[in-house]
Amino acid sequence: MTDGTGPGSRARGAIGRFASWLDDRIGLSAIMPVLRKKEVPVHRHSFWYYIGGMALFLFLLQIATGILLLFYYRPSAEGAYESIQFLMAEVEFGWLIRSIHSWGANLMIFMAFVHMFSVMLLKAYRAPREITWITGVGLLFVSMGLGFTGYLLPWNELSFFATRVGTEIPGVVPVVGPFIRDVLRGGEDVSGATLTRFYALHVSVLPALAFMLVALHVLLVQRHGMSVPPSIEAEGGPRRSMKFFPQFLLRDLVGWLAALAMLAAAAAFFPAHLGEKADPFAPAPAGIQPEWYFMFMFQTLRYLPAEIMGIEGELVGVGAFGVVGIVLLFVPFLDKPKGPDAKPGKLWTWLTFGALAYILLFSYLGYTFDPNA
Amino acid sequence: MRVARHLWLATLLWLLPLVPTAAQTLPSSDACRDCHLALEEESLVAPARAYERDVHAETGFGCLACHGSGGTNQLNPAAGFLAAPERREIPGMCGRCHSDAVFMRQFDPGLRVDQVQEYWTSRHGELLQDSNDPDVATCIDCHPAHEIRPADDPASTVHPSNILSTCGRCHANPARMAAREIGTSQVAEYTGSVHGQLLLEEGDLSAPVCNDCHGNHGAAPPGLASVRNVCGQCHSVMADYFDDSAHGQIFEEADLPGCALCHEHHAIESVDDAALLARSEDVCLTCHEPPDTLGLEFRRIAAVLDTLNRAAEASRAILEEAENVGMEVSQALFELEDVGNAQTRAHSAIHTFQVAPVREQVAAGMEITVRAAERGREALDEHRFRRLGLGASASIILLLIIGLLMKIRELERAEDTS
Repeated sequence: MTDGTGPGSRARGAIGRFASWLDDRIGLSAIMPVLRKKEVPVHRHSFWYYIGGMALFLFLLQIATGILLLFYYRPSAEGAYESIQFLMAEVEFGWLIRSIHSWGANLMIFMAFVHMFSVMLLKAYRAPREITWITGVGLLFVSMGLGFTGYLLPWNELSFFATRVGTEIPGVVPVVGPFIRDVLRGGEDVSGATLTRFYALHVSVLPALAFMLVALHVLLVQRHGMSVPPSIEAEGGPRRSMKFFPQFLLRDLVGWLAALAMLAAAAAFFPAHLGEKADPFAPAPAGIQPEWYFMFMFQTLRYLPAEIMGIEGELVGVGAFGVVGIVLLFVPFLDKPKGPDAKPGKLWTWLTFGALAYILLFSYLGYTFDPNA
Repeated sequence: MRVARHLWLATLLWLLPLVPTAAQTLPSSDACRDCHLALEEESLVAPARAYERDVHAETGFGCLACHGSGGTNQLNPAAGFLAAPERREIPGMCGRCHSDAVFMRQFDPGLRVDQVQEYWTSRHGELLQDSNDPDVATCIDCHPAHEIRPADDPASTVHPSNILSTCGRCHANPARMAAREIGTSQVAEYTGSVHGQLLLEEGDLSAPVCNDCHGNHGAAPPGLASVRNVCGQCHSVMADYFDDSAHGQIFEEADLPGCALCHEHHAIESVDDAALLARSEDVCLTCHEPPDTLGLEFRRIAAVLDTLNRAAEASRAILEEAENVGMEVSQALFELEDVGNAQTRAHSAIHTFQVAPVREQVAAGMEITVRAAERGREALDEHRFRRLGLGASASIILLLIIGLLMKIRELERAEDTS
């Protein structure tokens, strides 16, 4: 079979002809030189370059598993819980899809946080990457929105009451707060109308927004390349680099496969919980708490006094988090070296460490908080 | 004490006309209340204070609605003023309004108007009528004068949650009951009964209390022939089974007290299957003495019931094991709850005193347990399959990772050599 006339050679020939046919029509070959040309700097902080790709992989996994869930999910107060119950108990591999979607969402948001903090600490948002940063922060917010809206969809007891607490929070904002709350809920309280709204947001509005932001974010990353941290630049820049294709992409693949294995293990050992069906007339069960990525904010609001300088404490908290969110978007414009040769300041590095410590501490306090103490 | 109170009242009434103020004419209930509240004697103050919470006061009735009117000189007994009516007069006094359908319709069209008529048929009424018994209950003993509340008011003495203590005030009092040769253990027995636990511990207001079996105003012990009917108000299926059984007719002919023979009167216990066996040993063998083997039928019934209990427990254990390992079996657990209905139906069928009807109900329950156990085993099999699947997929992923790492190493070597 070495004369080039065997079945293997014939198959390769057919594939080659098809590739050539396709290339004539869509110009695939034009992409390869770009990919082969792209270089990724190699230095002691290169590890963090993989986190963004990991978040992207998890986002795509969410889309894939989410579409599969849509085949069975019924977005109504009467049918949502039962459809998930059916999916978990009766549908072949339904449990796996839902559990991977649930665990994947958590891992994706975790990776988005890690990516954001690594970018902040490595100051990868510096010019000309300001827009890349803004799209990234936007993606984090959209991911949290996806998490918040998706949490209600199983229509179980915990998600119902957590959503009631969560949607109550914007209600404290003067003038527009109650309007926002009612728009979110589709009425005065969480009901079937809230479920359909959250469903619409979760499967169409937010994914569409996420797609646009991801596309822009990836495009900008391709355009500007990987940022080299200031500390490496101060040392004269990275000593070597690697090809994006295939070296970096293959390493990315290793990480993605490892993440997939982790999610499969989590799904097999800790399948996504369903709990009791939501009963709007039942008393709120003990231990109502938001998803982990909202916990630090939730715990902060718990600690705030009823009034701060004559203003409602909760309003001050919501306002402060709103300001932090806006500041976060504009970090690249706020953290600018003074003068053309000036080195980047340490202020934002310390602020980043402070924010990280705050999130970790308040999340810990949130999970160990005893409301009866 | 009663005589002393009457003396006080009489003296006061006698002296009242000497008080040279508005109290002399008492034009309204407010005047009665104001004057009574100003008195020092607690027994005269208390009615005025209590009446503020009385349903009649809320409806707009004043003191004189019951205590009569003497025209301008309203405190004159000769002119119709009634200070403290005799106990014998009380049913009639209340009945002046409460037996008048046309009058009552104006205030509470749904309220019955035959209470007084019923009362005279009650044991209390008979005693009052026949022997003018001074201690026998009249209207005001259950509906305290001056503080009568509607029966659905939780603070009312005749609210279901308070009836036990209202009846028990006399019926659990040995001094009061001694002369009548009536036992006083009913309240204690009821408290420990299945009905008492439902009402007093679980707050289930639908659980029967004294008046549900004895009647309200016509309170009397149910006759032997009535016991089945009284219990059958709620336990109709069991009563029907009993009627159709061999025991139904025999009990009637022998003047035996139906349900109460096995279940007692007030100390009605929740019958689990172990209790059924023990109780039946006592009761059935009293009549069905050996060598009569019919009395031993209950042992076979208990064995059949036990089969279902064990099957239900086993199925639940399998499902809980599946649930504990994270499998979704809530629907199967929910369906298993139906065994409870089958068990209830089987327990009802005990009143046929035959194994076959009980077995029929148990068979229906067994089907549910078999289905549930099957679902549980399927879930556990699925769980094992998932573990295997995880192992297989993890191995494939691991091989892929190893392959990728080898490829990366190969590329690095190629780069180094170039």
